This record gives sequence, structure tokens and C-alpha cells, in this order.
Amino acid sequence: MSLAFRAAVAERGFDVELSLAPGEKVAVLGHNGAGKSTLLNILAGTLRPDSGTAVLGDRRLFDLGPRRRHWTLPHTRGIALLAQDPLLFPHLSVLENVAFGPRVAGTAPKQSQVRAEHWLDEVGVPELATRRPKQLSGGQAQRVAIARALAAEPRLLLLDEPMAALDVAVAPLLRRVLGRVLTDQATIMVTHDLLDALLLADRIVVLDQGRVAESGPTDEVLQHPKTRFTARIAGLNLIRGSFADGTVTDGHGLSVAGTLRDGVTATTGVRAAAVFAPSAVSIFREPPDGSPRNNLAVTVAELEPRGELVRVRADDHHGHFLAADVTLRSVADLDLYPGREVTYSVKATGVTIYPL
Amino acid sequence: MTTTVEEASVRSSRDPRSRLYSGLPRWIYLPAVIGGLFVALPLVAMMLRMDWARFGVLIASPSSLAALTLSLQTSFTSMLVCLVLGVPMAMVLAREQFPGQRLVRSLVLLPLVLPPVVGGIALLFTFGRHGLAAPVMNLFGISVAFSTVAVVMAQTFVALPFLVVSLEGTLRSVGQRYELVAATLGARPSTVLRKVTLPLVLPGLASAAVLSFARALGEFGATITFAGSLQGVTRTLPLEIYLQSYTDTDAAIALSLVLMFVAVVVTVVTASISERSLA
Repeated sequence: MSLAFRAAVAERGFDVELSLAPGEKVAVLGHNGAGKSTLLNILAGTLRPDSGTAVLGDRRLFDLGPRRRHWTLPHTRGIALLAQDPLLFPHLSVLENVAFGPRVAGTAPKQSQVRAEHWLDEVGVPELATRRPKQLSGGQAQRVAIARALAAEPRLLLLDEPMAALDVAVAPLLRRVLGRVLTDQATIMVTHDLLDALLLADRIVVLDQGRVAESGPTDEVLQHPKTRFTARIAGLNLIRGSFADGTVTDGHGLSVAGTLRDGVTATTGVRAAAVFAPSAVSIFREPPDGSPRNNLAVTVAELEPRGELVRVRADDHHGHFLAADVTLRSVADLDLYPGREVTYSVKATGVTIYPL
Repeated sequence: MTTTVEEASVRSSRDPRSRLYSGLPRWIYLPAVIGGLFVALPLVAMMLRMDWARFGVLIASPSSLAALTLSLQTSFTSMLVCLVLGVPMAMVLAREQFPGQRLVRSLVLLPLVLPPVVGGIALLFTFGRHGLAAPVMNLFGISVAFSTVAVVMAQTFVALPFLVVSLEGTLRSVGQRYELVAATLGARPSTVLRKVTLPLVLPGLASAAVLSFARALGEFGATITFAGSLQGVTRTLPLEIYLQSYTDTDAAIALSLVLMFVAVVVTVVTASISERSLA
């Protein structure tokens, strides 16, 4: 089932175009208020945009504009929504919950039950069929919610941060379940989690202030982000500016030298991104001399322990917060604390440059 | 692990032995107790004054039985009418947004604060022989004033807001999220209403219905104004009690106790319903 979608909501500054190939899974990333919920609400049919069109498979979902007033109701769209909260109907058993979609579609009770049992099996909780939603743990309830959404055989599945409310111990298991059951299911998932995007999505769409800021295959977007938001999600440092002589210089005069991405050429003056991983950064108390390195004067903002390493975030006085991973030993030796002035040092070979 | 901790905390919060610090000043118990006595004493007084030996005879007199039967019948009918009209009203008020909604809600709730006698007068000038709707009603040969139908109308007029206001609150607290999920699973609006909304609000709906029944049962002012006081036709229990209180005080007290008993049952039932829905 393919989707072609375009919609604008003036009040929210939302104007997004999006398409989905049959069976494709797209992860939608973005800050709070970037328009992710608006996108889902318009698709689900609970929010009517000022203008736009959407076609899902052979069916027109809406066509709104001057003298065009076609709008379909949520229940006719074949678009199921799975939210953070499983929202299982508390007055029905687990099996009745999963059989809800088939039942309201007019499937016979016996067949609906068979289909519900099949999906409970698929998500790995066949033994919960007779339970009440109240008797389930968060992870179990979310599995049942997945089964319920899929048993309705939606043409498009919307996932609204389905793992956000779960324990860190439970989320990976559920992610595996989703990875398995969504094989051929056209899906749009809103997420904050890089792992969701990496493991579940074919493509990433980044929304910013109601517009598509970036879009492309998951690996491409995460390895070569074009916006700072995506870079932060991908755990990379990103500096955007104009390219000249192997160096990217941003609007504040911050210059970073690097190596051009393989197979890419850039002419002087084009907009380009310089990207480097936190692990490529070394920290010095004083600027080191005589090495082909990028030396950036920064002020340490925060220290976040991550196992053996410490993620240091520092303000470069040019509007960036740059991350560096150093060992606990170095933190002690360098006497790092928020407010301390230090030098970030990155080898030019550790910086990848590509045009935007 | 988590569940056992949760269960333990639930248990302790219900355990009457483990008392939590309430933070109330001690003097506050004095007015609270006076208020409690003010409500309870008249009931006790009535029970003390009752000639219990004659209780059975008093409530079994033809006029008493007629009034009791009529009251139960009309109150039950009125409760059904309240459900049929009030559930949709509460739904529209809770789920829709339309201009003038606040004004509409205030008007709907007006009978809550209106003296029932005024309600009766208003009904009389609407549905009475010379009322606003009289031309239309005459066309169809309908006359309701001073009939049992008028009793039901008067009771419904005062009881309807109780059902609407309490059900609207329940609907709002349940929220729309389950309904939205049901819709995205392919359920049409009527199906959502039947299979999701109504089951979810059922406890609230039941207590709202019981409340409206109780209010209808106690209706006096609007009934006597709009429906009059004809034995077996419009003379409900409260009207009978009022009349008896001039002629036969003992009968009035006996019937009052019957009404009181019904009221207590209603209160206990409602409380247990709402408690169960909270659990």
C-alpha cells in the first residue's frame, strides 16, 4: 500500500509532503512541536488540515483546498494507530481486544477469534488470551496492543513512540517483536529513539518547525546528517557552513578542516557539512602545537558518565554544543568540570565533509 | 516485584488501623459534628415518633398504596426518559464543541437551581391547555396537563440535569482516547458508542440513572403545579405525604420513612457502584 501525502495547517505552521512505497517503514524524527503529532493526527483523521491531499493505495483519504472538500472519517481509512499508552479496552479480555478490529469489520465471531489468537501468537503472548488488561504488565499490554492493531489488517500503521513508556529492559524485546511482525506492513513511526529508526525503519524523515528538514535512507541520514537535530540523534557533531579548500567555515567564523566523503566533490563556496564523532575528539588543557589538527576553544557544559567513558558536552562559543568521549582517567587528569575552558582537538582525517 | 510493592501500598492505604496524619485543626470537628447531627437528628426524631405497631396498616391503606405505586411507576418511567434524552445530551456536551456551548449547558442545568414550583409553572405555560405548545398538541388531540404523563414530565424536567451533569463528568474523565483507538481499528461511530463508550461509562451511567430516579421520586413542587393532585393519577408519594401531614400525621411519618428507606438504598447503591468503578 503506497501513500502520497501533502497537508498544511496554517495555525500550526505545518506544511509537510511525504510519500511511502508499499510496505515501506518510515521513522519520523523531530523536536517536540516539530509537527509529528500533527502529521499522525491528520493521517488518522482526527485533525483536518486547511489544505492538502492524501491517497493511500487506491483510496483517497482527503482532498482539501479551494472548492475541494473531500474528507474521510477515521474508521473508513484503514489506518491503525498504536500510541505510547496501549489503551486496551478495560472492559474486554485480551482476546476480545485483539478480535475487536475483525469483529467491527463484520468478520464472524469464530473467525475473528482465530485471527486474534494468531496475532497473539505472533507477538509472543498466546497465554494471555483470557486475561483482563488490568492484569498485564506494561510490556505485555503493549504486545497485545500491537496484536490488536495488526489484527485489524490496517493498510497503514501509525506508531506514536510505542516504546517510550516501557522499561529499558522491555523495550528491546518489543522492538524485536515489531521488527518481525512489521515485515510487509506500511508503517509511519514517530520516535525519539535512534534504535527504533535503525532497526525498524527503511527511511528517516526529520521534521523541523512543521517542515521536512531532511529525508533519506536510514543509514545515509544517520551517517551523513544534514541538520543538527539529526546529528544529535545520530550522536555526531555537525558544523554547517561554506566549503573552501578542504575546510568548512560556518557563519560565525568557526573553521573545521576535514576529508571529503568518498566519491563526492565540492566546489569552493558550496554549503557543506563537517561531521565528526565524539570519539574522534581529544581534549587538551592548552592548545597543542604543530599538528594538522582542528583546535577548538570550548567551555565544558556538562559531563555524562557512560560506562568506561564520559560524554563531555562543551560550548564552542559559536552556537554549537560539541560532544567528546573521553575516559574517566582523562576527566580526572584534565580536571574537567562545567565552566572549564579547554581545547577540543580533532584530526582532519576524523572529520568527514560533504555538500548539503 | 513492582506489583507486590504496589499491592502492599494499596493495602496499607486502605487499612483503617494505619492512620495518616490529616493535618486538620482540632476545632474543625465541632462544626462538622454539629452539621452531621443537624442532618441526622430529624431522621432519628421521625423514627422515634413513629408508631411502629401501626406502620404496616398505615402504609397499606389504599391511598398510600396508590401513591406508592404511582410514584415508583412514574419515577422509573422518568428515569428511562432521562436516559433516552440525557445520555445523548451529555455526549454532545462532553464531546462536541459548538458556539454557545456554555450557554446551552447553563440552560440545561437550570432546573438544578430553579425552584421546582417555578419549573411546574413553566411547564404549565408550555404544555398546559393554553400553553405555547397547545396549538400543536391540540392538532394531534394530545392533552397532558393534570395527567400521569404530566407527572412524568415534571419529574423528568427536574431529574434530567442530574443525569446530564454527572454523566458529562464521567465522559470527560474517561476521555476520548479509547474511542479514537476504536475508530482507527475500523469501528464506525455508532459501534464505538455501543462497544466502547457506553461500557466504559457504565458505572457512571448507572449511578447517574439512580440519582435521576431518586430526584424524580422526591419531586413535589413541579408535580403539584403542573400535574395537580388526583389520587391514583397524579398524586405521588410526596404529595400524599404533604396531604396526610394535615390530616393523619402518623400516616405521613410512615410514608416518609418509606421514602427515606428508598433514599438510603439509592445512596448506598450509588456509592458502591462508584467505589467499584474506582477500584
